[in-house]
Amino acid sequence: MDAETPVSAGSQARLNPQLKDTLASNGVIADRLFIKGGQWLLLALLLLTVVFPLAAMLWRGIAGDASQGGGMQAAITLVSSANFRWLLGNSLKVSLTVALIVVPLAYAFAYALQRTCIRAKPLWRGISLLPLLAPSMLPGIALIYLFGNQGVLRGLLSDNIYGFWGIVIGQAIYTFPHALMVLLSALALADARLFDAASSMGASPWRAFRSITWSGSRQGVFAALCLVFTLCITDFGVPVVVGGDYQVLALEAYKAVVGQQQFGRGALIGMVLLLPALLSFAVDLWLRRRQRDAMGGRAQVYHPRPSRGRDLAFLCTTALICLALLGVFGMAIYSSLVKFWPYNLSLSLDHYAFSELPGGWLAYRNSLVLAGCSALFGSLVIFTGAYLIEKTRQTALTQLLRLLSFVPMAVPGLVFGLGYVFFFNQPNNPLSGLYGTLTLLVLCTIAHFFTTAQMTAAAALRQLDGEYEAAALSLKVPLVRHFFRVTLPICLPALLDIIRYLFVSAMTTVSAAIFLYSPDSVLAAVAVLNMDDAGNVGGAAAMSTLILLTSAGVSLLLAGVSRGLLRRSQAWRQPTPGL
Amino acid sequence: MFKRTALAAGLLAACAFHAQANTELTVYTALEVEQLKAYKEAFEKQNPDIEIKWVRDSTGIVTAKLLAEKERPQADAVWGLAGSSLAILKQQGMLEAYAPANLDKIGSNYRDAANPPSWVGMDVWAATICFNTVEAEKQGLPKPTKWEDLTNPVYKDKIVMPNPASSGTGYLDVSAWLQTFGEAQGWAYMDKLHANIGQYTHSGSKPCKLAAAGEFPIGISFEYPAVQLKRKGAPLDIVLPKEGLGWEIEATGIIKGTAHLAAAKKLADFSASREAMDLYKANFAVLAQPGIAERFQELPADYEQRLIKNDFNWASENRDKILAEWRKRYDGKSEPLPQ
Repeated sequence: MDAETPVSAGSQARLNPQLKDTLASNGVIADRLFIKGGQWLLLALLLLTVVFPLAAMLWRGIAGDASQGGGMQAAITLVSSANFRWLLGNSLKVSLTVALIVVPLAYAFAYALQRTCIRAKPLWRGISLLPLLAPSMLPGIALIYLFGNQGVLRGLLSDNIYGFWGIVIGQAIYTFPHALMVLLSALALADARLFDAASSMGASPWRAFRSITWSGSRQGVFAALCLVFTLCITDFGVPVVVGGDYQVLALEAYKAVVGQQQFGRGALIGMVLLLPALLSFAVDLWLRRRQRDAMGGRAQVYHPRPSRGRDLAFLCTTALICLALLGVFGMAIYSSLVKFWPYNLSLSLDHYAFSELPGGWLAYRNSLVLAGCSALFGSLVIFTGAYLIEKTRQTALTQLLRLLSFVPMAVPGLVFGLGYVFFFNQPNNPLSGLYGTLTLLVLCTIAHFFTTAQMTAAAALRQLDGEYEAAALSLKVPLVRHFFRVTLPICLPALLDIIRYLFVSAMTTVSAAIFLYSPDSVLAAVAVLNMDDAGNVGGAAAMSTLILLTSAGVSLLLAGVSRGLLRRSQAWRQPTPGL
Repeated sequence: MFKRTALAAGLLAACAFHAQANTELTVYTALEVEQLKAYKEAFEKQNPDIEIKWVRDSTGIVTAKLLAEKERPQADAVWGLAGSSLAILKQQGMLEAYAPANLDKIGSNYRDAANPPSWVGMDVWAATICFNTVEAEKQGLPKPTKWEDLTNPVYKDKIVMPNPASSGTGYLDVSAWLQTFGEAQGWAYMDKLHANIGQYTHSGSKPCKLAAAGEFPIGISFEYPAVQLKRKGAPLDIVLPKEGLGWEIEATGIIKGTAHLAAAKKLADFSASREAMDLYKANFAVLAQPGIAERFQELPADYEQRLIKNDFNWASENRDKILAEWRKRYDGKSEPLPQ
């Protein structure tokens, strides 16, 4: 349905022709303004917050000032230096190890949740989401209290935790829920007819798994591997806390820009870190196109049948993984309450007595403001943007917007932060006044988490038929009003989902914020890093726990609100299979 | 809808309120975080029309920031940065020479030699070894009494030290070893010490905090965290090695070209004044104004005599060269050093 041309109806013939024309043209102008204006505004926003910073980083790296480590000559020197190759080797080793550990575990967990009949599935699902609610430093801090030189479980380790294995275990915990989410959707739906055919042909369960389940979820496994690899190679929260002297590239970018003000060098490292993300993104797209559609039109949804041995085995695996996660996070919370580890184990709230200085309660308040603004403004902007792309006439502009909206997914947070430093810290940029403010941090956060939110919104909007717009037009209702009065309320579940996603991501993100904060706009996650750097590990654990509890609280609140609202306003909805 | 208007109204109100506030002085500092509040309050009590906005980070990072902002300085003044760093800034022509009110009482070796001086000292901080007695007993470690003792293989991976590129404390250690042992011997000493270092930290006080927590039994740090932690009940022994202690002056300077010159001058006056010395007295045993400091119970009476003869000009002129050499040798080499 073309939303731009007003419906010309014979029913208007009885109206005063002049009035009819005025009404019609007003309606056309208002709708046109909303659609075209909105699309151009969205394009400007995307260019400003995504494309220009990336371009600025590329320019700084390749054509930049030699005194700050930029320029082609510096690029060649950097890439050929032994130090760089050593750093790159370290980063690759760590990321590959983590990917190879996490993806099989996440696969087993996802299989247990989707394809077996184990009990208490919501409980395991909930626990598996814990690492998402805290910054990546929290597993690192917990590891110090568990396996550090004064750790509770020190005896289990032969060497100390600082270094390669510390980083690997910390990042494995941090990336586990991300891999799990990808694999859950990969294993979500299956065609029962295939399994019936397999059993009637006498295939063993293992054979059925190999031929049906594995070949159907292969693309998901590859996507999960790429995602974990990219997350690890660009993360520096864990290496900073528990890496000791094991240096990785992400840390080097931070030291170059913040520690030594060598912006060109930082830009070059940022470009190197962008490569794995771009590569895996491209291959993922290519594979997605090749993947045959798993669920045809006549497929029957597969419901797993109980099997004692298999269910018990998977229950044990799931329970063990959840126990490990609970142990790590429980340790972090406990350590924030201990007065003076390890000599005075009495419980007290000393570490929570943050001062009013930038690293204390100010940081927490800033984080709340950032998360709130990102969630509310961001969800509105992203949802409106998705509407303008999905529900309007498809032109070159909408195609461009759709393409641009995929870019943030391929750019790691660290690279975002670097790009923003180089773009907004230029003296001749009129927007340079924004640098160091909370406003810029809000923009950066929304841009960074744009793609996933936009895809959720687009998926929800695509479920709505075009007939809603047709009804609105025949009633002479401006599109804007229709959007706010009809579309938004119908898509409320998706909207609340996006709000929750943006809020939690903004509370826990650190890779971009670490380059863009000033003493006035310091964030809680950044304060965690600074406190750990200064040796105040108890304070760092306390602030991380605060972030964890806030994210968990808001998530539960939004889930409750969503449940209540759904019951009241969405009762007409029928549940879709498999969700 | 309401939330947005409320937020917008709140932001506008905050901006309006801010616009009518007093002179805001942007002060870069490497002071310890715990000291910032007391110093700011004392200064603002005497100068109610000036508000300090701290920008705090470790010495190396603040120095790098100031140098990077050379063309467009963001700072108005520096209150509490290593003397060797301020000497570099002076050499780059970034400091405004100014003689504060109390200058005649400041010791002659605790300020810039020129007249008027580009920077004036506040207090002295010196190298100290934090030695965890409980851990040492558990692991059977002897107590070191000299810097040389730390190269004993029994301490392998048990020592923590600050990274001189980011920490002023780390740099004063390296500079002191090179001055005390001579260039060749100094680097040889650090080669042997590197084998025993478990970690290089970014902050100067972290090694002592790690030692207090027993994470590593020996931390090379400075006396302020050592004394504070010992007073809180940590099982620490404060060891002052026999060869002498490296040290650094914490000092104040005004950035050239600041828009708030009058306010910055008031800050310089306050920093060198008797009231400020009384503030520093609680944290440091050696002050820039002689005769005021009080003896710390935890430190020996002859503490000031144990400081080595320190050539600050040499330390600041050779800073880049020394740090480059240090990074080449110890900052994450892939192959182990040839033995």
